[in-house]
Amino acid sequence: MSKLTLQTEGDTHVVVIRRFAAPPEAVYRAHTDPKLVQKWLLGPAGWTMPVCINDARPGGKIRYEWTNGQGRGFHLTGEYLELEPYRRIVHVERMHLPDPTSDNRVETRFDAEGTGTLMTMRMTLPDAQTRAAMLASGMEGGMEASYQRLEGMI
Amino acid sequence: MLALDAAFSALADPTRRAILARLAKGEATVMELAKPFEMTQPAISQHLKVLEDAGLVSRRLDGTKRPRRLAKTGIELMDQWLAILRQALEKNYDRLDEVLAGMERPKIKRGEKR
Repeated sequence: MSKLTLQTEGDTHVVVIRRFAAPPEAVYRAHTDPKLVQKWLLGPAGWTMPVCINDARPGGKIRYEWTNGQGRGFHLTGEYLELEPYRRIVHVERMHLPDPTSDNRVETRFDAEGTGTLMTMRMTLPDAQTRAAMLASGMEGGMEASYQRLEGMI
Repeated sequence: MLALDAAFSALADPTRRAILARLAKGEATVMELAKPFEMTQPAISQHLKVLEDAGLVSRRLDGTKRPRRLAKTGIELMDQWLAILRQALEKNYDRLDEVLAGMERPKIKRGEKR
């Protein structure tokens, strides 16, 4: 059974919930330490993140650059708005494909649950159209991978 | 898979994705669609034709009007967007599980004061 839920909420939100065996402090660090982020925030198989800037303080910059190693790539930029260590992060981000998408405001909460963590990520997009485009951006980020996934699904 | 190929090509364009998102909220005429997108009706019609050919959008006859609405494939595609994103996220978080498992306990080195 899957540990992840992904739901739309209202016209402009997407909510992701995931549980981790590790405590909130570790999960929080894995989201804010660039050396750790680089290891897991990779998307489709075969993609890597050669550039990972993550300045975890209010106003600090985020820049992730991905490449498939075969000349294709895209990047994301963002800024931190609020950080409550080990509990909550608020940041804005946008993808560059290469044109920038609208800002996605993301609030991530890390709540202790037993010895583990319940993570709740709530994304807020400016409007329903932008949300639809964001949901479809997986196709731009890794078209082939999406095809493979779709084939597995149908 | 052929229908989905056409669907994905149709959605390579941001305006067409936006039209689809608008239609997900309810049917609309070409005139109603042209307004918010600040495009001419022929330009919108052109995009609609691509979406119709891909089987994502259908038209209904209502007197002289022909409101467009999401076809079944269009609705399914919206669901698939969520599914694709979900799978991508799942893959990331499975990797994160491994990273977390390999992480050291809070870094208090021996002999070091907090």
